[in-house]
Amino acid sequence: MTETELTKGILDNRPVSVDLQETENNRALIIAIEADNADLVINHFPGVVKLQSPGRLVINRESVEAQLGRSWETHEFQMAIITLSGNISEWDEDRIVISWGPRVDDEEDED
Amino acid sequence: MTTTAPNQPNKAAAKPKKLSMKARYSALTRDLDWQPSYVSEEEMYPHTKYEGIKIHDWSKWDDPFRLTVDAYYRYQAEKDKRLYSVLDGFAQGQGHLTLAHASYLNAMKIFLGGVTPLEYQANRHFAYLARQFNGPGPRFAALCQSIDEMRHAQTEIHTLSNYNKFYAGFHNFLQQHDRVWYLSVTKSYFDDALSAGPFEFLIAIGFSFEYLLTNLLFVPFMSAASFNGDLPTMTFGFSAQSDESRHMTLGLEAIKFILEQDEANVPIVQEWVDKWFWRGYRVTGLVAAMLDYMLPRPVMSWKEAFELYFEQQMMNGLFPDLALYGIRPPKHVDQAIREKDHLSHWLYDTLYQFSHAANFTTTVPDEEHLDWLAQAYPDTFDQLYRDKWEEMRALDQAGKRFTYPGLPQLCQVCQVPMAFHADGDPATMAQFCSDHEGEHYNFCSEACKWIFDREPAKYRQAWLPVHQIYQGNCGGPTLPDVMAWYGYREGDSGEFVGSIDDQNRQKWHQQIEDKLGNAHEVETALDSEGVTAAAASVDASIGKDA
Repeated sequence: MTETELTKGILDNRPVSVDLQETENNRALIIAIEADNADLVINHFPGVVKLQSPGRLVINRESVEAQLGRSWETHEFQMAIITLSGNISEWDEDRIVISWGPRVDDEEDED
Repeated sequence: MTTTAPNQPNKAAAKPKKLSMKARYSALTRDLDWQPSYVSEEEMYPHTKYEGIKIHDWSKWDDPFRLTVDAYYRYQAEKDKRLYSVLDGFAQGQGHLTLAHASYLNAMKIFLGGVTPLEYQANRHFAYLARQFNGPGPRFAALCQSIDEMRHAQTEIHTLSNYNKFYAGFHNFLQQHDRVWYLSVTKSYFDDALSAGPFEFLIAIGFSFEYLLTNLLFVPFMSAASFNGDLPTMTFGFSAQSDESRHMTLGLEAIKFILEQDEANVPIVQEWVDKWFWRGYRVTGLVAAMLDYMLPRPVMSWKEAFELYFEQQMMNGLFPDLALYGIRPPKHVDQAIREKDHLSHWLYDTLYQFSHAANFTTTVPDEEHLDWLAQAYPDTFDQLYRDKWEEMRALDQAGKRFTYPGLPQLCQVCQVPMAFHADGDPATMAQFCSDHEGEHYNFCSEACKWIFDREPAKYRQAWLPVHQIYQGNCGGPTLPDVMAWYGYREGDSGEFVGSIDDQNRQKWHQQIEDKLGNAHEVETALDSEGVTAAAASVDASIGKDA
């Protein structure tokens, strides 16, 4: 079987999630994530916000910057995150994507 | 005199094109690698063959974080700055008096003795991996993790050192980590991983601990710190977790990379996943007891945390992905799932009975707490465990605080006292054994027996604290001898009510409330109500100098 067939073979609505610290700075981040992920489920625990989304969760730099009113680099996400469930399938200067499924080969990384 | 401003962009020159994140990562990690010319690759990396793992192309390793040295230090420095400003503020504001209760700190004493030294060991071993792996991708990821782990050890010690100024049980955690009976659970777990090969370590710690189980240790616990007024621990915990999400990514990348490299790697990795899931799971039993019993304001039960962070995220999320690589869920996972209704009750019972020999104090949970447990465990708590606590309370009130007069049998593999019920049978204690070269070994579970039978030459060497005491290697034959050898001081152990921490808590809070300067009247009232005498009799019953 090829990888694509295998991918089709599994149900890809399994929720992925990220847990973020509940801070003033992260409020803008959470609003931006909420706007870009239609099926986002938000749960609050003391000090922690858990964001879950079926299959895929995306964080766009432009949306975060619009909420923050300043420039924001995707590396800054490391200051906010507590834990995640899923693969980081993309992380570049414009967006971060968390999803399930086999990893995608990224030609640019190979030397 | 000409001045240079290296940080100012030279406006006259054409603005250089900024590299993309991917290109920067490649330039600053992989492009710094070189091919050895005067030694062979085998000579340069001698440890990556003997475990039987086959790697054909190290460049296939992908680091999704695309972290480079400059970005790494910039963000780590920022994390430390935030943490240390919280630590300072908390210490200056007498923050320890705002904790939910002084008894909360008992959980942190277990954490400091049990977990912090492992962070340091992780620092050492990831540094070893950062030298030994053939590929620059995994070497750099291991290097960052190594530095992270050192930061975690340091920040945990700094965070908790403030409490050491006011409370018992924190003062000697490093020596205790090497000696104390229950701390050998965490120490032997990590020693097991350190003495494995580099790939097994990566699956043991990088994948099985960091990815599968670390959430159970940190996330509910730090949330609990937040809920119980422990700002410094919450902040250090979240600061460490922000690194942890990178470690999880490394762990996941590691297992997928190894599995993709050669089909022959699959059965080897499967056995490691089976073994290390169970090893790690047994360690998290301590967390279960802390979450359910040791937090004055509980946040989330062990069962709830296990369902959310393990069953939902790992069993239903991760393992369907790993099935694509031929990996099935860990061999003994069903037993762990069945135990979620019981685990904390067994282990806190053990900690309670042996707290006269521990570096923390315990007490019977109050009625409200027992009701919370009944709610959190509707199928088991009232049915199986509540009566025990009612009985313990009655004994305590009669001045006969129960402590177990002997020493417990320890499991040869996980080293947890064998207080587990048989799988699915609460009326029978679990007991498994194997004979190896004429010696008899005992285990808490079928899984620990399976682990032993796979590598008996390794586990026969276990340093079991109880055996060591009986062999005369722990300071002497009596309990006071052993406790002196552990480096305990008065107030470290036993019953919380009436302990030094408890007395100080009452004294300090009276001072805060004592606007009229009539605190001595309160003390007199406490004496007349018999509180002081009750505390003294508890001390006497557990053999402590009053």
